Amino acid sequence: MPVPLAYSLRNLRARKLTTALTAGGMALVVFVFAAVLMLDAGLKSALVKTGQPDNILVTRRSAGTEIQSAVDRQQAAVIESQPEVALGPGGVPIVSKEVVVLIALPKRDSGVPTNVTIRGVGPGGLALRPQLAMAQGRMYRPGASEVVVGRTIAERFDGVGVGERLRFGGREWTIVGTFDAGGSAFDSEVWGDGEQLMQAFRRPVFSSVVAKLADPGSFEALKARLESDPRLTVEVKRERAFYEDQSAALSNFISILGVTLSVIFSIGATIGAMITMYAAVANRTAEIGTLRALGFRRAGILGAFLAEAVLLALVGWAAGLAAASLMQLVQISTLNWQTFAELAFRFTMTPKIVAESLLFALAMGVAGGFLPAVRAARLGIVDALRAA
Amino acid sequence: MSGVAAPPLVRVAGVSKSYRRGGQVVPVLADITLDIPGGAFLGLMGPSGSGKSTLLNLIAGIDKPDAGSIAVAGVDITRLPEAELADWRAANVGFIFQFYNLMPVLSALENVELPLTLARMDRRERRERAQATLELVGLGDRMEHFPSELSGGQQQRVAIARAIVTDPRILVADEPTGDLDRHSAEEILALMDRLNVDLGKTIVMVTHDRRAAERAHSIMHLEKGELFAHEELPR
Repeated sequence: MPVPLAYSLRNLRARKLTTALTAGGMALVVFVFAAVLMLDAGLKSALVKTGQPDNILVTRRSAGTEIQSAVDRQQAAVIESQPEVALGPGGVPIVSKEVVVLIALPKRDSGVPTNVTIRGVGPGGLALRPQLAMAQGRMYRPGASEVVVGRTIAERFDGVGVGERLRFGGREWTIVGTFDAGGSAFDSEVWGDGEQLMQAFRRPVFSSVVAKLADPGSFEALKARLESDPRLTVEVKRERAFYEDQSAALSNFISILGVTLSVIFSIGATIGAMITMYAAVANRTAEIGTLRALGFRRAGILGAFLAEAVLLALVGWAAGLAAASLMQLVQISTLNWQTFAELAFRFTMTPKIVAESLLFALAMGVAGGFLPAVRAARLGIVDALRAA
Repeated sequence: MSGVAAPPLVRVAGVSKSYRRGGQVVPVLADITLDIPGGAFLGLMGPSGSGKSTLLNLIAGIDKPDAGSIAVAGVDITRLPEAELADWRAANVGFIFQFYNLMPVLSALENVELPLTLARMDRRERRERAQATLELVGLGDRMEHFPSELSGGQQQRVAIARAIVTDPRILVADEPTGDLDRHSAEEILALMDRLNVDLGKTIVMVTHDRRAAERAHSIMHLEKGELFAHEELPR
């Protein structure tokens, strides 16, 4: 029979300061742990949101990123004419042949020039990205030296307001609007007409071809055919998978560094919990003797002290997770090493992070409470009673 | 006691116990044999170190003898494995300590309920029994108070309620009045007397207070680990 949980809970409440300090240490660790996972989740979510499930993205084989890719006009024409590609009004394939270049713009807060992606979009480009909506102004007109900027670019860079002009590629470009791409990577891009940008940058080739599939299930067949076509040297990916792959290096770095740090911190918090629990056992030796005399078994005592440590960890978990949730209000912008371009994303809380941080906190509680609980359970009744 | 053939409730036979202190073996009890009939109120007296508390601990099943046997209601408790002995204590022994040993974080009512959590009993029944027992010891109006909000005498009454709430065969009391003023001590002794006379509880009480011991029906004197004298007291 277990010692009533109220006994463990009340003892935590009875020593408020010690509980607060020990749980506070655990909360900090949970905070770091959850925040890192949220950062990773936010990064992935921004990049995954960027891709549409029925879009494919074609780049040069082994290019990895659009910036390193080249697809010439002939190859693009072959891709465009594949039967799996969905047709829009008037039987025109829904395809966007795009060019991607980087320019440096000064960041608003630091003035430091940072790489920004300029995307030259084909006529089908907007139909392929339904997540895009104008937030301010209007869309650029095809054939004009006009561009629109993503929401986070508008927030974070100087001289990108509607009506202002940007100078790159030997031309002046008028900013005619700001768009919201729903927190995806496009929010960190500048968009203009593909043909105009190719001329300005004297690019004879596209960077990538994006196409909508009439039937998403036909992807494997199309991929196999295009990648084995002797006229083409391309790699075909679902758009979503392409953007997921873009985040792999940064995501791995964040999660490995973050989890390593959390684990190191957690050793400190666990030792803190252990010291607290050893002190609790020492202070309550007579109570332990009394409980044993009343007929509670050693296992019951072990359980009571383990429960106390776990409850302590739960308090820390709740506090740490609550603090981490507030991080959702913070937007992070950093260089994605794979695309060499600025990417903005938010700390994102997911049910998986809630569960993982809970397990992490419970592990700290059990690890910190186990040895003290064993000591409590091993006390001899007569010796323990004599401690009164 | 009716019926001459009725076996004693507690039969201590040839019990010895020694402690090891710093490499030295200190004998505490030497070959003690003692019968305690059901319904008795026995006082154990003796100077410090005479082994009276050790004898009490052995009868209560919280310590084990080096030799000899202790049978309570026919069960040799020296042969019970530890976990079973814990269950046996929960069902058969009520403890009253000198310093009350209440759980400071639990209310009077919760302290009294605590041993009942070891019995198969639903929450409501547990609560009702604990309440009735607290009323029996005269603390019906202090149920939600915490030990720190009660006087010494009141705390000891909560402890007595905790000891009797499971209706154990035997109550063991180690200096139950040792920490109380004269007046509170009298109240506690009167309560124990009532438990013995009205409820028929068998009580074994260690004390070195002669006035407390005189509440018992008989007194065993221990000295240097041996039974030294036995006196029957007039009721």
